[in-house]
Amino acid sequence: MPLADKLVSSFLAFELDINFQSPVHNIRTNAIKNFEKLGFPSKKLEDWKYTSLNKVLKEDYTLFSKKKNVLDFKNVKDFFLDNTESYKIVFVDGFYDPFLSQTSHDGIDICIMSAALTKSKYSSIIKKYFNTSIGKNESFSQLNTAFSKEGAYVHIPKNIILEKPIEIIHFATGNESALMLQPRNLIVIEESSQAEIIESHQSLTENPIFTNSVTEIFVAKNAHLDYYKLQNDRLSSSLIDNTYISQKRDSNAKIHTFSFGGKLTRNNLNYFQKGSYINSTMKGVTIIDDNQLVDHHTLVDHTRPNCESHQDYKGIFSGNSTGVFNGKIIVDKIAQKTNAFQQNNNILLNDKSTINSKPQLEIFADDVKCSHGCTIGQLDQDALFYLRARGIPKKEAEALLTYAFANNVLESVNIPGLKSRIKKIIANKLNVKLGFDL
Amino acid sequence: MAYTEEELKKELETKEYEYGFVTDIESDTFPIGLNEGIVEAISKKKEEPQWMTDWRLKAFKAWKEMKEPKWANVKYSKPDFQKISYYSAPKGKDKYNSLDEVDPELLKTFEKLGISINEQKKLAGVAVDIVMDSVSVATTFKETLSKKGILFCSISEAIKDHPDLVKKYIGSVVPQKDNFYATLNSAVFSDGSFCYIPKGVRCPMELSTYFRINQAGTGQFERTLVIADKDSYVSYLEGCTAPSRDENQLHAAVVELVALDGAEIKYSTVQNWFPGNKNGKGGVFNFVTKRGICHTNSKISWTQVETGSAITWKYPSCILKGDNSIGEFYSIAVTNNYQQADTGTKMIHLGKNTKSTIISKGISAGKSQNSYRGLVQINSRAENARNFSQCDSLLMGNKCGAHTFPYIEAKNKTAIVEHEASTSKIGEDQIFYCNQRGIDTEKAIALIVNGFSKEVLNNLPMEFAVEAQKLLEISLEGSVG
Repeated sequence: MPLADKLVSSFLAFELDINFQSPVHNIRTNAIKNFEKLGFPSKKLEDWKYTSLNKVLKEDYTLFSKKKNVLDFKNVKDFFLDNTESYKIVFVDGFYDPFLSQTSHDGIDICIMSAALTKSKYSSIIKKYFNTSIGKNESFSQLNTAFSKEGAYVHIPKNIILEKPIEIIHFATGNESALMLQPRNLIVIEESSQAEIIESHQSLTENPIFTNSVTEIFVAKNAHLDYYKLQNDRLSSSLIDNTYISQKRDSNAKIHTFSFGGKLTRNNLNYFQKGSYINSTMKGVTIIDDNQLVDHHTLVDHTRPNCESHQDYKGIFSGNSTGVFNGKIIVDKIAQKTNAFQQNNNILLNDKSTINSKPQLEIFADDVKCSHGCTIGQLDQDALFYLRARGIPKKEAEALLTYAFANNVLESVNIPGLKSRIKKIIANKLNVKLGFDL
Repeated sequence: MAYTEEELKKELETKEYEYGFVTDIESDTFPIGLNEGIVEAISKKKEEPQWMTDWRLKAFKAWKEMKEPKWANVKYSKPDFQKISYYSAPKGKDKYNSLDEVDPELLKTFEKLGISINEQKKLAGVAVDIVMDSVSVATTFKETLSKKGILFCSISEAIKDHPDLVKKYIGSVVPQKDNFYATLNSAVFSDGSFCYIPKGVRCPMELSTYFRINQAGTGQFERTLVIADKDSYVSYLEGCTAPSRDENQLHAAVVELVALDGAEIKYSTVQNWFPGNKNGKGGVFNFVTKRGICHTNSKISWTQVETGSAITWKYPSCILKGDNSIGEFYSIAVTNNYQQADTGTKMIHLGKNTKSTIISKGISAGKSQNSYRGLVQINSRAENARNFSQCDSLLMGNKCGAHTFPYIEAKNKTAIVEHEASTSKIGEDQIFYCNQRGIDTEKAIALIVNGFSKEVLNNLPMEFAVEAQKLLEISLEGSVG
């Protein structure tokens, strides 16, 4: 049975299993109807022109893992940050793992969606925010909404600056021969609060994993959010990551996406600016090879005056890999004095690798500064020669230049433990033993 | 009195279209509607050989199966293809032997348009082929050109007189089934220009075609084919106008350029179809397919100034097939009132060491929408391909929109592709800077807009640059010096 049909037909069973009376029952039912109408996107759609899902969708995925698997911290320690105190929300095969997690209810809520969706004390927040930023025509997000049950729930009330970052990790143990996961996260940062979040998806075996994740983020007045997505999964895993960020005035939200692993990764990153003096930043580094595909789709909707957005995506492609960048900036009529910048730089290291880039601007206001730049090129041969003339072997010299190319994205990572981890991954990816601590 | 941007805006909104007159000459117009019979009748009217009729019918058959494209960033009510007359020609003698025999009304029309055929013959040294409604009415300088072996005539003459060349190249760059409007054109094209430059010949003068829609309720479907043989050079100009009418008129042209090894074609367009009145009523739908193919060491350069049309849907493209070939695209698109433009280019790099440059300038005013849509594609065989694209938009007022949709696809590691775009308005500080130095606001705006478009205007041939400047003045009067 095709995956889409299988999903639709198992919806009833899914709802029976959990609470029918849940306040989100109607939302789920509508969402599955929408998904049934839309189906999975095909290459005929402009937004999926360069990304084919055929290979990913043809696997026979188990939709819900049957049993809870217990992981030993020793075995997965490497996937957590080194020497960094943090809150942790950990899921294993879609189930919450209380042993690996470290949550909090001490004035803040760092816990899980299944609790938020069922307990009455959270119902006002759920009512106010849940599923409010998702478009009707986005089939993956609709699908996720229909099956929304578990994920991270973070609510930071007014005037709190989180001392520790929050780590959200989704493990897949390979219990099932192929597994589909649909985590649903809700992050609400109230007025003048600050938080740092790191999200990653990690498969532990070679069994195919298909993750369709939705994260809704709400950043209130004067609040700050730093969100890091670390995508370094195995080559058997695919990820569709849908993120929606709604910002209120004077707020600042940054999203860093580091894509190194996975067979197919699609990032749909949507910013909605709902006030003045907002700053939105999205940065990304993509280093992939073999048959990997990473697709970044960003949307920034400037609806109010005096806001800024900055985008900076770097990509390095070797082997048979494919990179896609599609950035869209919309500036409404009344969004005067908007500053919007978009940059996408790419390096192709191999003749079999492909890059498709489409930086778009849609501007309806006249007093704005908007620009976008896109380049495709190679490592500078002169620089390479310079390094080699000084006794640095070719591979290391190339790695150094690659690192330098990606560095201005890395520079803005504020968590030292995360930065050193990413450096390690890059060195690993480029097959060199360098610390890059120059 | 100081001239402000506000006043400029007001003036832009109320400025009338200068070429909106109708020439009262009898014409021979087909009944409205489209079917196989009409296609055959057009072919018969043009006394075409059987292969051409078959070619048209084949296209028509394909067209019936096709649907109108919807992806462009323009909104309009789609034309009813059964309500258009597909053939209209000024009535008169079949063939003019000299200009004296041409209907004086017609000559007056051209004088009004600023192209006096006689005068131009003497002074400018531009050979002109004039297409009114659907038919080529006059070609000047034919003799001088033929001494060099250059063929410059209407395409229907070429079909009769040079069938080998036409047969070989027509549809070779824009295939019959390329897109909805190109296919329609292939079926019903009535006339157009044909030009062939023999090996090693440098065309001594600018070749020029002037298109005009005159008759009401007609569509214009012309087809241009330019072939530059090995190591030849030609500079080709195209201009267009139409009367002001309340209904929308359809213009669906196809232009094919073939640059053989070492040849160079420079194709310049000044498009000034009727843009509709200031409430957005009427105006020409300009759905044009233009494409050129570059063989080894050849070069095609497109320059366009787009000021007219209610809707423009146009992507002059280059297929850089041969090694070391070069494609260039320079464009200014000005939209005002309710005009909508979705224009840009495609650069397809297939050969080694191919280069392309794209400079696109969009100026939007009033309630118009101006989009740049471009594709730069580097194929895996295209070693050392190089592209530079720049698209800048200038917005006047907050009721208009500027959009950019660049597609960049690279499959070769040696490719170097750069794309940059910016959107801005005329900055208060820029004007202040000029004011401070004793330049009044009107001149300052002129200076800035002129500077903004300079890169493109510089690429127009002398004769045309004057006309283009004049056109910019009409569209943005007071702002261009």
